[in-house]
Amino acid sequence: MQTRSPLIGMIFWIVLSFVTLFPIYWLFVISVKPAVDLFSSPSVFLDTIYWNNYAKVLTDETLRRYMFNSVVISSGNAILVTVLAFFACYALSRYNIAGKENIFFWTITNRMAPAAVFLLPFFLLFTQVFAFGDFKLYDTRIGLILLYCTFNLPFAIWTLRPTIDGIPKELDEAATVDGASTWQVIREVVFPLARPGLAVTLILTWVFAWNEFLLAATLTSFNARTLTTGLSEYVTTTGTEWGTMAAIAIITLIPALIVFSVVQRHIIAGLTFGAVKE
Amino acid sequence: MGSNRTGWLMLAPTLLILGVFGIVPFFYVLYLSFHQWNPFAANPNMIFIGANNFRRLVFDGEFLTSLWFTLKFAFFAVVSEIIIGYMLAQMLTRDFYGKGFFRTIHTLPLIVAPIVVGSVWRLMTTPSIGIIPYYLNKWFGYQLNIGSDATAAFIITVIMDIWHWTPLVTLTLLAAIVSLPKDPFEQAQIDGANRWQIFWHITLPMIRPAILATVFIRLMDALRTVDEVWMLTGGGPGAATRFVGLHIWKIVFPKTDYGYGSAISIIVLYLTLVMCWLLYVGLVAPRVRRSKVNADA
Repeated sequence: MQTRSPLIGMIFWIVLSFVTLFPIYWLFVISVKPAVDLFSSPSVFLDTIYWNNYAKVLTDETLRRYMFNSVVISSGNAILVTVLAFFACYALSRYNIAGKENIFFWTITNRMAPAAVFLLPFFLLFTQVFAFGDFKLYDTRIGLILLYCTFNLPFAIWTLRPTIDGIPKELDEAATVDGASTWQVIREVVFPLARPGLAVTLILTWVFAWNEFLLAATLTSFNARTLTTGLSEYVTTTGTEWGTMAAIAIITLIPALIVFSVVQRHIIAGLTFGAVKE
Repeated sequence: MGSNRTGWLMLAPTLLILGVFGIVPFFYVLYLSFHQWNPFAANPNMIFIGANNFRRLVFDGEFLTSLWFTLKFAFFAVVSEIIIGYMLAQMLTRDFYGKGFFRTIHTLPLIVAPIVVGSVWRLMTTPSIGIIPYYLNKWFGYQLNIGSDATAAFIITVIMDIWHWTPLVTLTLLAAIVSLPKDPFEQAQIDGANRWQIFWHITLPMIRPAILATVFIRLMDALRTVDEVWMLTGGGPGAATRFVGLHIWKIVFPKTDYGYGSAISIIVLYLTLVMCWLLYVGLVAPRVRRSKVNADA
């Protein structure tokens, strides 16, 4: 804890960064090696880079469908959640709704429940109950988009509420006096001011949806499978294709890395449920 | 301003979705937990059996073991993360060259998908391709095999969790430490207190609310860990890392024991919420109240 010399501190942080980064580097190393090279003595350094694992993943019809599904589901969910949360927060902030603090608290508790607990009811509801004629929610993209609201919507409401509360009500009132309708107030006054907060919410909910695995693995079978479930398939069925698995993992990781570089400062507030703000 | 009807209309879609996907499944699983239902058993019909599932659960060694492993896992992971995270946060309070850069790198694991974290650690620890077993064997002659050694597998899951979540603790505690007032520390130094005394009598009491809030958040997540472990060990070897989330999955899907699986789900939900609630009410809330009283006085 006591770093007396700046040099020792520096060495410590370099070692720590190495420990943090090495597992991800190792994932990359495995992903760019041909299968035959994996079982000789593990080498940390890369002599040659072998891109075939990536080529294999990117040309695989099934995996391409999984990627497409992941993009559609996370984007659809993030947009839906952000729009709903925006209106919900506006309502909670500007209207005198009976018991609104209780409503707010109840939405948050939705996220505290472990997902595993709801696997069975979701599975049965999706396969048997939520059916309209021949259409079932099971194994559909719309099913997952709606389902992911259970954890993303509370999060979005939680993070957006301070933003909306922070926009002075006087601005709304002034616009109303000038003859603007509620819709115009929202579109012309509140939305432009809330835009940075909305962007952060959109991006973080997108990543949470992209990273989700357990519900997607349980509630899809073929059509709506996502990339994270594809990753798990490579472990259970074929223990030998480590390189392919590593390549899928790297591809799963890339969007999150990009997002990380964009909204790094907001990640903590997001993950701690807004309990801690940096 | 505006009529409340407009407000309710704006809130309605949110309440509808959370109701359909939050309340309906809860009551459905509660209803199922009082039934015996296995669609692939000799009698595939749903039969009302009262609290029999819950009675069976109390004597189910498999379930109790998985609960015990989950608690053990959560305990070791969260305690280590708090200790390491606190030390790192303390180090980040001073200025040094490249601090922002190192902090950014340290934050990185947080955004990695749990399923990818599991894959990464699987590739690191699988014998014959992983680098950890290779060097442990070469340097210490120790054979690490998470596929057969239950203790080793359990320890690796804890280490994986520490790698993944310590940054969260570091950054939350760092935020708490930098917001502390400077006066008490200066005063203590003038009075000749040593580092340990300052830590024990000043820093720790002052950041206790932040520590408890962090424990609360981490515990809630550690108790429901599934994805990483699913990928790393699949719950094995045997049932050494089969935490409750995985256990529910195994009862419900491969075994299709819907009634009993529901009872386990209800108990796990109850235990998680009660534990979090107790922790919150018993530890976090009184401190907040007391500090408010102090502030008012």
